[in-house]
Amino acid sequence: MSVVLVGISHHQAPVELRERAALDPDRAAELARRLAGERAEAVCLSTCNRTELYLADESGEEAERKAEAALLALEEELGPALYRLHDEAAALHLFRVAAGLDSMVPGEGEILGQVRSAYEGGATGPILDRLFRDALHAGKKARTETAIGESPASVSSAAAALAEQVFGDLSGRRVLVVGAGETGELAIKSLVARGAELAFVANRTAAHAEDLTRRFGGEPLALDEVATRLEHVDVVLASTSAPGWLLTRTDVERTLHARRGRALFLIDLAVPRDLEPSIHELDGCYLYDIDDLEAVVAETLAGRRREAERAESIVAGEADRFHEWLASLDVVPAIASLRAHAEEIKAAELARAKLSGAERRAAESVTAAVLNKLLHLPTIRMKQAAAAADGVIYADAVRHLFGLEDER
Amino acid sequence: MAELLFWPALVAYGEAAVAYFGDARHPGRAGRFATWGVRIGWLVQTALLAVQAARADGFPWSSWAGSLNLFVWLVVGAYLIWGCRPRYRLLGLAVLPLAFVLFVLARVGGGTGIGTRSHYSNLFLVLHVGLVLAAFAGFTLAAGLSALYLWQERRLKRRESTILRLRAPGLAKLDDVAARTIAVALPALTLGIVVGGVRLENRGGGFDALMAVTVVTWGVYAAYLALRHFAALHGRRAAYVVLAGFILVAVVRLALPVTHFAT
Repeated sequence: MSVVLVGISHHQAPVELRERAALDPDRAAELARRLAGERAEAVCLSTCNRTELYLADESGEEAERKAEAALLALEEELGPALYRLHDEAAALHLFRVAAGLDSMVPGEGEILGQVRSAYEGGATGPILDRLFRDALHAGKKARTETAIGESPASVSSAAAALAEQVFGDLSGRRVLVVGAGETGELAIKSLVARGAELAFVANRTAAHAEDLTRRFGGEPLALDEVATRLEHVDVVLASTSAPGWLLTRTDVERTLHARRGRALFLIDLAVPRDLEPSIHELDGCYLYDIDDLEAVVAETLAGRRREAERAESIVAGEADRFHEWLASLDVVPAIASLRAHAEEIKAAELARAKLSGAERRAAESVTAAVLNKLLHLPTIRMKQAAAAADGVIYADAVRHLFGLEDER
Repeated sequence: MAELLFWPALVAYGEAAVAYFGDARHPGRAGRFATWGVRIGWLVQTALLAVQAARADGFPWSSWAGSLNLFVWLVVGAYLIWGCRPRYRLLGLAVLPLAFVLFVLARVGGGTGIGTRSHYSNLFLVLHVGLVLAAFAGFTLAAGLSALYLWQERRLKRRESTILRLRAPGLAKLDDVAARTIAVALPALTLGIVVGGVRLENRGGGFDALMAVTVVTWGVYAAYLALRHFAALHGRRAAYVVLAGFILVAVVRLALPVTHFAT
């Protein structure tokens, strides 16, 4: 039995090509069922970064041909970008994908769920079932035993993670947003996802502010009201295109007494900046601008790459284990035949012997013990040989030596 | 029996201390090993204290070294309540090496042995020593939290790009947990001082310098809680007050052998 992978990914194919081969979960499941047919197994993994077909079939070449044809039927120009991997390499690739090691941002968390969905929608049998279960296990293990997926990979998520460094849990923390642009919205999403509450949105165009408050809650404000609401918020997020300071050190200083020692975290995503930098010097105030946040993201991405090295060794170990299991399948029929052959001889000899009931039971027990002891070592050695790629030779030798050829 | 329990507890604390350093470098598995080291060490030390209590004639931790043994158990026990959460593991970097060293000192001073005799009544020592040591354990942890606060605040003020690599609990959380710990420890110290005062009154005896420092310590922490409530003492200044109080706690603990445990 061979495992074959044919696919495209962000490494070789630009987005214009990937989008033409992208399949929604229903179409991916349908393609997998069609490719599997009666005897084979197939799974289609389709995400924004890749479309990959995993097949398990008696003939690796035939499986590769089928998978290639299926992908080229989606888009003829895919040809040069296609990659083809077999058995151990295909397994290692899937394990790396599940661990986020093949993603654009190392360790990104979404891929594990996508692999699980593909597995659940696939036409799996014993081989791909085991392969995908092991891949999910490897993905989880890489994430729990390393910090590959822990640090934020974007400016907006870094801003939210820094807010957690100030407040701990963000549940119930109130956010004031100045500027209702796209950049600010991403940061709002990250903060709200961690439990923060949108309290006020101030924007030059009132309609944009109202649109944000409709979606995330809170109250629209005029820009000149911002300073008056500082007392009631924990986080200020600014991202306008205004030329001067929207919030000065004096504005913040005025509210410090009323805040009674509560910390204030300010995020300035605007260029030119909206918040006077010296606010950061005030006791209990922490101001991060776009450069500070980008430096944090660069560092966390570097950290993810360092962790990726540790994750690679975890994934390689899991892939080795899968390979050993797959290889052992080659010798399983030979082992089963050998044991069946031995059992037949035992049963025939016992049937010929004239024994009383007690004697027969004793003889059965002794011969069973002898057979088990005799066959134990060859069984172990054959499995070991299978893992070392000599399994087929050993299996053939056993069949020849014991006359098992007809039982193939 | 004491040997059988002391060494495993010490090894577990030592393992936890080393694992906390490993966790600081590569967060993950080392942190879990550290947590289990703390739990196992504390359980074994609990067994040691139970055996000491069962076999002693009177209060078993009436010597300076004995009280150190009890103090280590209280500090680690208080840390166990919330310290094993991943974000607070950084605090383990300070608590476990300290617990390890103090536990060794307790052993060197003979405070981990069995069958000790006490000069004092059981009830007085259980109340006075137990309450004061429990309060000091709380103040020690609060000092650790405040030190962690100042370190974390410094990183945020410096806008260190590596700040998310080694994540600490949020500043507000550290500030709050330190205050809660003190709010629990201060009543224990108050009761401990009152019990000591009553005994001093009944048996006679002088008011020594150590007692004066203990009362000043009480004053610092009481002022901390009062200022926090009435004058919104939070953040960096609050952390400095907690550390100042801890210096007094350290002075009292170091002075104990030459005053209270001099005999």
